[in-house]
Formats: sequence, C-alpha cells, structure tokens
Amino acid sequence: MLIRTTRRGLPVVAAATGLALLATACAGAGGGGSDGERVVTVATVANPQMDDIQALADEFNASNPGITVEFVVLPENQLRDRVTQDIATQSGQYDVVTVGTYEVPIWAENGWIISLDEYGSDPDYDIDDIIPTVRSALSYEDQMYGAPFYGESSLLMYREDLFEEAGLEMPEAPTWEEVAGFAEELDDPDGGVSGICLRGVPGWGELLAPLNTVILTHGGQWYDEDWNAHLDSPEVEEAVRTYVDLVSEYGQPGAPNAGFTECLTTMAQGDAAMFYDSTVAAGNLEDPDSSSVVGDIGYAPAPVSRTEHAGWLWAWALSIPTTSTDPEAAWEFVSWATSREYHRLVGERLGWERVPPGARVSTYDIPEYQEAAEAFAGPTYDAIDNVDVEQPGMHPQPWTGVQYVAIPEFQDLGTRVSQEISAAIAGQQSVEEALRKSQAYAEETALSGGYRD
Amino acid sequence: MTAQTTPDTARRGPTTREPTRGERWIRRTPLLPGLLFVIAMTQIPFLFTVYYSFQDSNLLRPDSGSFAGISNYGRVLGDPLFRNAVANTVVLTVGAVVLSLALGLALAVLLDRAFLGRGIVRTLLITPFLVMPVAAALLWKTSMYHPVYGLLNWALSPFGVGADWVNDFPLLSIVMVLTWQWTPFMMLIMLAGLQSQSPEVLEAARVDGARPFAVFRRITFPHLRRFVELALLLGTIYIVQTFDAIYMITQGGPGQTSTNLPYFIYLQAFRAFDVGEAAAAGVIVVAATLVVAMFALRVVSSLFEEES
Repeated sequence: MLIRTTRRGLPVVAAATGLALLATACAGAGGGGSDGERVVTVATVANPQMDDIQALADEFNASNPGITVEFVVLPENQLRDRVTQDIATQSGQYDVVTVGTYEVPIWAENGWIISLDEYGSDPDYDIDDIIPTVRSALSYEDQMYGAPFYGESSLLMYREDLFEEAGLEMPEAPTWEEVAGFAEELDDPDGGVSGICLRGVPGWGELLAPLNTVILTHGGQWYDEDWNAHLDSPEVEEAVRTYVDLVSEYGQPGAPNAGFTECLTTMAQGDAAMFYDSTVAAGNLEDPDSSSVVGDIGYAPAPVSRTEHAGWLWAWALSIPTTSTDPEAAWEFVSWATSREYHRLVGERLGWERVPPGARVSTYDIPEYQEAAEAFAGPTYDAIDNVDVEQPGMHPQPWTGVQYVAIPEFQDLGTRVSQEISAAIAGQQSVEEALRKSQAYAEETALSGGYRD
Repeated sequence: MTAQTTPDTARRGPTTREPTRGERWIRRTPLLPGLLFVIAMTQIPFLFTVYYSFQDSNLLRPDSGSFAGISNYGRVLGDPLFRNAVANTVVLTVGAVVLSLALGLALAVLLDRAFLGRGIVRTLLITPFLVMPVAAALLWKTSMYHPVYGLLNWALSPFGVGADWVNDFPLLSIVMVLTWQWTPFMMLIMLAGLQSQSPEVLEAARVDGARPFAVFRRITFPHLRRFVELALLLGTIYIVQTFDAIYMITQGGPGQTSTNLPYFIYLQAFRAFDVGEAAAAGVIVVAATLVVAMFALRVVSSLFEEES
C-alpha cells in the first residue's frame, strides 16, 4: 500500500516519460495512410481565433479534397509543454504546430522546424504582405520559420469618460511618469475603481511581458552583448520600482494574482481607469457581450520613458516540424490559414471584427474591417509596426525579440524572476532584494547555459 | 480491547489443509493481468525516472543527454529553492492533515448520533471531497478569497477583518482549501471507526457511571487508534502531492512562499525542461516520503500504545 501510493509522488516526471513513450509509439501516425488519404495533425492553442479556424476547416477540405485536417487543441501552457516534448523527442506526432515568436528562433536554431521561405515564395501566397516586424520576429538568419496567424503588441487603454470627469487629458505619447500621475488622481478604492490595472501574476508570459517593456524603455536590459546580466543596474531598478509602486499603490486589488484574464475582466467591468496590456484586449473591451465599457475606451501607445516606442511584439504562428511526414500537405494548410483569402473568409462568414489582427498589411486596407474595428485597428497596427525587434531598448542585444530573452533557458529564468517581482508587489520583499536575487539567477543561467564562461 | 480482536469464527475455514504451491498459483492466476498492468503502469515509469535522474538531459538542448552521475542530485539538494519547497511541503502537509483530522473527528462524533436528517447532513458533508480539485481551487480563488468579491472577506467584514488572503497568507490559504477538501475523507474513516465500536462496552461504561468525556477518552479514542493511523498515513501521502490548489490559486507565489515539491518538480520539468534534475528531485521525494512515512507511523503508533 505504502509503496504503491507514494509512487504517485512523481506524477509529472512519470507522466512526462509515459507521454514520451506513448508519443514514440505513435510516431508516423500523423503521416499519410496507405490508402492515399493525407492527414495533417495540427497542434493549436485554445483561443477564439483558433476556434474560428476549426469552424472554417470545411472550406479547406472543399478546396483540398485529398487532405484531412485533425486538430489537437490545448491551453497555451500545455500546448508549449506537449509540443516541446513531441519535437524534442522527435516523435513526429504533429504536422503543424502553433508556436509563438519566442519559440521560433530557438526551434529553428535547433533544427526542429523547417524554413518556409521556399514554400512561401509562391506569388499567390504573397509573403511580402506579412507585416515586416512580425515577419522578422518569426525569422532566424533571415529565413521565415513560422507563418503568422495573428500578431499583437501592447497598448495603454484608458477610460475616456473618467478622464473627462477628472479634467485630465491623455497625451499622444504618454510617459510612465504621466501615467503614474493619472493613476494617483483616478484611483478611487471607495468607488471601486483602481487607478490602473497591470499584470502581477508570476510567469514569463504574464507579469514579465508588460514589465519588460517598462525596463526596456527606461534604458534597462537583461543581458548585454557579451551575456553579462544587468538586472541590478539602476535603470532596471528604476523601471521595476515604477511598475511595482504603481501596481501596489494604485493597482487592482489582489494584484500579485492577477494576469491578463483577471485584468481584462476588471477593465471590462469598469473597475479600472487604465489598463496597459495586449492589443488583443481591445477587441474584447469593444464587445458588448463581454464588456460594460464599450465606447468609453481610448487607446494610447505603450507608455515610454527614454525610448520613442515601447510596445511588445507577440505573434502566434504556424510552423512545420522537421519530423512531419508530409510537409507539402502541412504547407497547404498553413498557407491557407495564413492567406489573405482566409482573412476575407473569416470576415464574410463569421464577422469582420473576428478577422485575426496583426498578421497581414492588406487586412488593414479592407474597408469592412476598418469599419468594424474602427476604434482599435489603427492603434494596433501602429503599435505592431513601431516595434524594433532587433533592438527594442537602448542597448544592442544578442537575440531577436522584445519582452523575452530568446534563449531556451528563459522560460525557467523568467518564471523565477517573475516570482521574485511578484513577491515584491505583494510587499513580501523590497524591489532591491527581488532584483538582487534575479541578478543571481540571470548570472547563473548565462553560465549554465554556456553563453559565457 | 475485546471489540477489535478477531472472533474465532473467522479463522474456521472450510478446509484446514494448507494449499500446495500449484494450487496457490491457480488461485492467483486471475489476479495476474491486473498485477502486471499495475507493475507496467507504475514501476516502468519509475525506473525511467531513476534512469533519467542520472542523465544530463534538457529537452531544449538537443546536444544534451550524457551520463551525469550523481550531479543532478547534488544540484537539487544544493538548490535553496528545493529546500524552500521541502519546508513548504512540510508546513502544508502537517497543517492540512492535522486540521482536517481534528475537524473530521469532531464531525464524525456528531454524525455518530441519530438525529433527524442525518443522511442528508452526511451527504452534504461529504460533498467537498467529490468536487474536482481543480474546480474547487478555482472556486476558492475567485469566490472565497477574492479581495473585493470574496465571500470570506464579506463574512468577516462585520468583525473588521479584511485581507488579501492569497497574497498575505498564501500557505494558510492553501491549507484552508486542503482542509476543506480532506475533512470529509478523514470524517468517513473516523465514522467507520466509531460505528465499529461495540455498543455493549459503551453501555457498560455508562452503567458504571463514566461521563461522556471519560468514555470518549478511555474507550472510544483508544479504539480509534488504528483508524487515526490510517487516516494520517493516507492523508499525508495524498496531501504531500498537492498540485492543483497551488497551480490554480497561487502559482507557487508570491515569490516562492507557496511552492511545494510537486510544483517545484513541475517547474523543473515543464518550465526548465530539465528532465534530469526534475527526475532527481522526484526520486528524492519518493525516498524521503517512504522514510518519513515509515518513521512517522512508528512514532505515532508507539505514542498511542503508551496511551492505551
């Protein structure tokens, strides 16, 4: 009894090994069968845009009768876990995987996904129509390894009605100092309205995304070109202090546990005056089904300090693993799902406000889309277009990407650092202490990852 | 303790002859598929885990995968975050087990009496155990602990108490969820123990003039000894593995204050993709759980023996 039950003390590792075994056993299952039927297995993230793609898959089948598409839909974190295991163990379960800008350069370097340049050179696909910043974020050594499904940057969303009431005016390019002033002015705990809503929950994709844009615009950096960590520099400290003070003094209640979803709900219920987050949130805030503040929201660019722009850049992209047994069929699907025609199809069949944003330039020229997304289409496009993925901050960096360090170890490092900052937001330690520990983690990672000796 | 000694009748089988070796195996045959299945599903992954714990294996670095000796163990044991996770696991487990056992015993004593609607009350009391852990955790996070909309703050507000529970008292918050969830389990075991008491002994005690508290202390409690041991052991084994509540409510935070061992291993395996270190941590946890469980069982057992 004792022995049998305690074995469950390692559910994760056991599951991982079990999964690896299982995956190996299924190798090749995604490839075509002997009867000529070609099957494309797509691992995808559970979000509304991906639901739409499944709803429209019959159109793909109609134009590609020989190919059957099977979807494996998983929440973001699980998708990352499963796909990483699948590809790292070379088990070849999937023909198309949904990956983010963080993974693409790393996986391309590992030789896990194939370059799409050759396939994409087909004039019908019009690869040059892809928004340039998104394309370079999805490239490794100037070759595109992921076809963007949708892209996002970050925006400052604010309640125009509350600003007007208080006699405040949002500048065209707000600074963090100004934002802090507005937050102080508009914070009204008794009235149930927080000055600002910012992510505070640990996780490299949660708290660190907005925080890193603050660090970058204050002139801070994670690593310099020689992989020396700089998380204890005065610039980083100033940035983190700005963020932590803002969210702990004028932020939403329960901030250390609030992530994107919680903040979006807070803002949509009218419980916050400002919200600095993903451009994707704009679509939700303008949707009467989920928001009580439709029409009251103004959109300003990501607040800055010492740089001109400060937005992040993220895109979900479709990539083809090198283990896919039928890359041609996989490309058929990828090119369909990321084509101009697909965007039109979504607009016509499901509604123009549901067109995936931030992937293709031409989408923003469609009159119907301009009308449906009037409030936020322009700010979203500008935010994405203004990002410099090669050097988003004031210093050169040895990787491509904005709100993350594009090395495999960052998932772990970022999680640890975000835990420390989150503890500072909760008031359990000072910002200096959090950054001192973070600096030690970052130095250790640079050494153990072999980036410097 | 006549109540718990096995009656003689149970030993009187249909045949007194010892079965031969062959007969024993024939009796066991129907069990073999199940046994093999259990071995395949539990022991093979464990052997793999042990194997990986000696490998330098990081999924994100395709060039890794060499034999690493015991360096994974060294790194895990030297990691202050691992030691922090051990300490948190101990606090969580001891807190939740002791609290839920005490509450479970109290409720079981109440339920052991006959009263109107006992069946309904019993069912309602068992319900928390039937709620899926993830759903329960989410429910607690949003509807109980939420600093603005939470029921807990609402209920305590007349007394001037209001807190951001999950951030100010992360471990206590988790202990409360676990206690809520495991009290019914403890209660059922205690109830089984109470109901297996011999009514004659209790009646004799009352006739002899023992007060209710004396009856409980001198007769019922010693009788419950084995049940308490079982409840402690099972509760500890299950609660050591708590993952859902931490993943859903605190994500191990703020900082590392509520990271326990399963969550630590999860982070190692699925954030760092460091299979070697995660496996080593897993092996250490199994070994430590075995040692602690056996040791704790002996101690508890001897304590009770002295008592009775």
